[in-house]
Amino acid sequence: MSFSIEQILRGDLPRGGQSPPAAADPGLLPVSLRINGHDYHLQLESRVSLLDALREFIGLTGTKKGCNQGACGACTVLVDGERVNSCLTFAVMHEGQEITTIEGLGQPDNLHPLQAAFIEHDGFQCGYCTPGQICSALAMLKEVAQGDASLATSDLTKAEVDLTDEEIRERMSGNICRCGAYLGIVDSIRDVYEQQKGQ
Amino acid sequence: MKTKEVGRPLDRVDGCLKVTGQARYTAEIPVGQVAYGVLVRSTIAKGRIVAYDTKAAEQAPGVLAVITHENAPKRHPTKEFDPSDKEPSASPTTLLVLNTDEVSWHGQPVAVVVAETLDQAEHAAALVRVSYAEAEPARLSLVAEKPRAFVPEKVLNEKPEVKQGNAEEALAAAPFKIDYTYTTPPYSHNAIEAHNTLAYWEGEDQLIVYDSTQYIFGVRKMLSEMFALSEENVRVVSAFVGGAFGSKGRAWPHVGLTAMAAKVVGRPVKVDLPRKDMFYMVGPRTPSEQRVALGADAEGRLQAVIHTGTTASSTSNTFAEHFSFVTRHLYASANILIQQKLVRLDMVPNTFMRAPGEGIGTFALESAMDELAYALRLDPIELRLRNEPGKDPTMHVPFSSRHLKECFAQGAEKFGWNQRNPEPRSQREGPWLIGQGVASAFYPANKRSAEVKVHISIDDTVVLQSATHEMGTGTATVQAQNAADQLGLPVGKVRFEYGDSLLPKANGSFGSTTTITVGGAVELACEDLKRQLLRLAVKHPSSPLHEASYDDLEARDNGLFYKDHPTQGETYAAILAREGKDSLEAQASFPAFLKEKLEEMAYSFHSFGAQFCEVRVHEDTGEVLVSRWVGVYDCGTILNEKTARSQFLGSVTMGIGMALWEETKWDLRDGRIPNSSLSEYHVPVAVGLPRIEVHALSIPDPHTPLGAHGAGEIAVTGAAAAIANAVYHATGKRIRNLPITPDKLL
Amino acid sequence: MRAFTYTRAADTSAALGAAIQNPEAKFIGGGTNLVDLMREEVERPNEVIDINRLPLSQIEELPDGGLRLGALARNSHTANHLLVRQRYPVLTQAILSAASPQLRNLATNAGNLLQRTRCYYFYDITAPCNKRQPGSGCAAIGGFNRIHAILGTSEQCIATHPSDMAVALAALDATVQVQSANGQHSIPIEAFHRLPGDTPEQDTNLGHDELITAIDLPATPFATSSLYLKVRDRPSFAFALVSVAAVLKVADSQIKNVRLALGGVAHKPWRAHAAEEILTGAQPTAEIFRRAAEAELQAAIGYEHNAFKIELAKRTIVRALTTLTERHLA
Repeated sequence: MSFSIEQILRGDLPRGGQSPPAAADPGLLPVSLRINGHDYHLQLESRVSLLDALREFIGLTGTKKGCNQGACGACTVLVDGERVNSCLTFAVMHEGQEITTIEGLGQPDNLHPLQAAFIEHDGFQCGYCTPGQICSALAMLKEVAQGDASLATSDLTKAEVDLTDEEIRERMSGNICRCGAYLGIVDSIRDVYEQQKGQ
Repeated sequence: MKTKEVGRPLDRVDGCLKVTGQARYTAEIPVGQVAYGVLVRSTIAKGRIVAYDTKAAEQAPGVLAVITHENAPKRHPTKEFDPSDKEPSASPTTLLVLNTDEVSWHGQPVAVVVAETLDQAEHAAALVRVSYAEAEPARLSLVAEKPRAFVPEKVLNEKPEVKQGNAEEALAAAPFKIDYTYTTPPYSHNAIEAHNTLAYWEGEDQLIVYDSTQYIFGVRKMLSEMFALSEENVRVVSAFVGGAFGSKGRAWPHVGLTAMAAKVVGRPVKVDLPRKDMFYMVGPRTPSEQRVALGADAEGRLQAVIHTGTTASSTSNTFAEHFSFVTRHLYASANILIQQKLVRLDMVPNTFMRAPGEGIGTFALESAMDELAYALRLDPIELRLRNEPGKDPTMHVPFSSRHLKECFAQGAEKFGWNQRNPEPRSQREGPWLIGQGVASAFYPANKRSAEVKVHISIDDTVVLQSATHEMGTGTATVQAQNAADQLGLPVGKVRFEYGDSLLPKANGSFGSTTTITVGGAVELACEDLKRQLLRLAVKHPSSPLHEASYDDLEARDNGLFYKDHPTQGETYAAILAREGKDSLEAQASFPAFLKEKLEEMAYSFHSFGAQFCEVRVHEDTGEVLVSRWVGVYDCGTILNEKTARSQFLGSVTMGIGMALWEETKWDLRDGRIPNSSLSEYHVPVAVGLPRIEVHALSIPDPHTPLGAHGAGEIAVTGAAAAIANAVYHATGKRIRNLPITPDKLL
Repeated sequence: MRAFTYTRAADTSAALGAAIQNPEAKFIGGGTNLVDLMREEVERPNEVIDINRLPLSQIEELPDGGLRLGALARNSHTANHLLVRQRYPVLTQAILSAASPQLRNLATNAGNLLQRTRCYYFYDITAPCNKRQPGSGCAAIGGFNRIHAILGTSEQCIATHPSDMAVALAALDATVQVQSANGQHSIPIEAFHRLPGDTPEQDTNLGHDELITAIDLPATPFATSSLYLKVRDRPSFAFALVSVAAVLKVADSQIKNVRLALGGVAHKPWRAHAAEEILTGAQPTAEIFRRAAEAELQAAIGYEHNAFKIELAKRTIVRALTTLTERHLA
């Protein structure tokens, strides 16, 4: 299938994803995943990671593969609201859970505040780590709201977080940005945090 | 022309797609029926393949092909990237892996396994057994190979040696001098999007390749040579690129192997390099060993400048990384000695990495300047200012634009440099020793070539087309701004199409050249378009432009208007409508004129900067934290405040990584890379970086398009030296071997 | 990664039953280490038993005032449990200094103890490694050994245990609760991990047919004065070069209680008994701290790239003790 560069640059492409095998393969398991509120019924090998299930089988390519070993955070998705590395877990283990990917946040005409803030503060350059950063940031703000500590938290007995830059940085250290847009990322998160606090 | 869009901190035009996950990078293009390829790495560094055992792999479920040198269709030789070629190939090497049984480095691909799914291909690749004959001990150490170092024919396109006056004699005679050796380790680029390629054939001789590259036409050239195709029969697409940093300027072995595998299995094949392969199959920045000796008189004027050293290349490529370039242009001295040597190692071909040459060269030179400043008991900024050259010290032509002094002045004020007590180990806070350091930044402002087509429709929408690249640099955004101003339209009317070899040709996006090169071509194409429009208008007595000449007019309000009559003129839509045309287009090449080509020789084109930083070194554990950063850069007009700032921030970040954390470790016994993962190769994370402050002078260069320079690399340079200088100031310990890890400060 | 049979265990006895039936099977909890090792073909189970639905995620108070940390409680949940934060800050800090938030959300407490070494050569199936393939040799001893052990090494293996959490657990005298077909028993944390000796392939004393159900922390009132200090090559998201878990009680200018454990230096979390002995009852001075550190590291052996860890470990011990003492004085 041939695509024009105009289509590609507009993001105007079919979803893709690997078609299920024609014949029943004894190595395949029926796997049902609930992603962004939709149910997907797949036939997968048990060894397929959640990340590859999303990218290669379902065609939800917003979640990125960076290192495939939990060392970069590009594959971050939310499972029941918690951020996890989708590369280090098998898809079949997540039946019955709510999975949220970047495609489940905002759309270009209706951005999530974090997405809008990342654009405003230029919290990315190449954009490849960005979906992982944004999913991670979303969960991070929830963790902050519930008083979770980080290594930058000086008083562990206090369940309230003083969200300094140092706190944001420590809490986002599982997401690598090789372009080095960390300052924009920190400012984007702070911006949304202040917005939420103001509400 | 009134500037409206250029300079403005416009949001990235591709921002929405990127933050919503809708931007499709190479491996995500939904080409149907894709098979997955995985490469098998050699486990020796030098020798020959004796035999394969591929049985288990071939029988593994889902496997479509196991391709080895024994059954691989032979490919044709390709020329190695040669910067003196008009249109160099992107091939990093002359070696065609899998054409022979030869093994030239540890981790070289020795087989390709293709299967229906990625898991199947990965597992089958692990089942391939290869036996080798190791011919001779591999050469893996730059230090051990130094006795066999040679002076290469050239360093990029320059001479490997410069001798001006007699530097050794002048050094001996100088009352103040320093003479030290500095080393830098190999570094790996590690874009978060791995190198990847998706290829398929249409018929026998049409090859379509989606490739994550910063050099589309170089990839096309290499593939056309490799498969003996005419260049027009190869389409290379690279739309969204997840970081490049130099390594994506070359087409590493997987690119040709993917196309070959697609031919073998008769289907599209995708190879997305695992992170480990990013260390083994993608070339690093060379290690370097550099001597810098500086001699000065009592006033700090440089009497002798010596910068010599050795870098490494592989047995199958020749790239002497140009660490000495900075010393050819930065400071004045009558006696300059420069020499670069090269050793050949059994390693993956080395390549450019963000700020090649100057990135490592400034570490040595700018550390040495700091050492000399201490020897002279002179402020290090003052030392640099006393050696500002009137013109380029080795090219002997004026600088097109040079404002290093202003960078230091502005930076010193913003940083509070004057409050600094120069005494080492004079500041502390609890267990933290505090120090401040400074260094010059320096990077060339070169141009390459590009063609741009501009197309305007009657509804005022403009499409720019050029096969350049957007790896996060901001090209797509700033060139839309540029065209909007050239044509006097809102930027929202402009769409930039790039990243496809079907578009007008552009050179590779490296060396901080894209902004001026593509910018110059946009300017020329827009001018041609406006002249065509004017020609259409002047034919008609009814047109308000009937009497006009081009120089009377300016582009604004979606049309051409008299400079001195705010309302007199005509819109593009009106001009086109009268002609019964829906649209019009123009195309131009940059550089176009002899004038620009002559100017290249008449001036020294460079960018400058001043890097200021503060570090905290833990006196017990040797941990180093960068606590403050101020950078001021002189790289011409800034086209977009927002994207340029990100380029500076990202560069400083990479410079900090280079100084403190990054190192590609080579096991000298067999060429293995023990830390070939992102958990053990430490790129910067959000923690450990200060709120980096960057400023641009934004003084236009009178001799470049838009007065601009590229902004993507200047801020890497000098960063490591500024940190090493600050560490010395904090601790009294001079670290001349990067990276500055805790053990070196215990 | 080799294909495998996926078995979802409904309860503990089903999980144990499946493991007893298949000696090649592996339990999976968070999977953060196992999946990675399987992808590298270092681990090649033909069956993976998913134990995530077992009811082992609770964190509860024990009658004696201690805490029971469920085997499947996630690291992040454990670190943030209010009682852990209040009573065992060293444990919270140790967990929070490890890996990344995403990994800590997946990783379980039991899995943390069972994670395998990060030795580069262990991870690379084309390199010799006695731990991965007994008898094949040790590539680390003559190779790059910056991240390797200086204490308790053998000629077979100089790998380190990578956990931070386990270092804090060692300082807290935790016990590991284990379920087997024969019933429940407990293993003191110090006896849980092994030194490499001649059998580096065995990281722990846990049998294949045994399952960790919980980790118990004894009541340790003075553990409120504790900290975890981790020195690493990158200030976050990196394994320790050296780390120190320290628990210290000072009263009347005298060290009443002290617990010290080191990470990044040995094949197991290294409880610093020699140092503790010197410190107990002494006045908390810089000199005694240094002397205790010297004693603990006396038997240390450095290799080409990690010899610096000997001095670094000493200094980190001193720094940890100094910091806690200063807090007492403040």
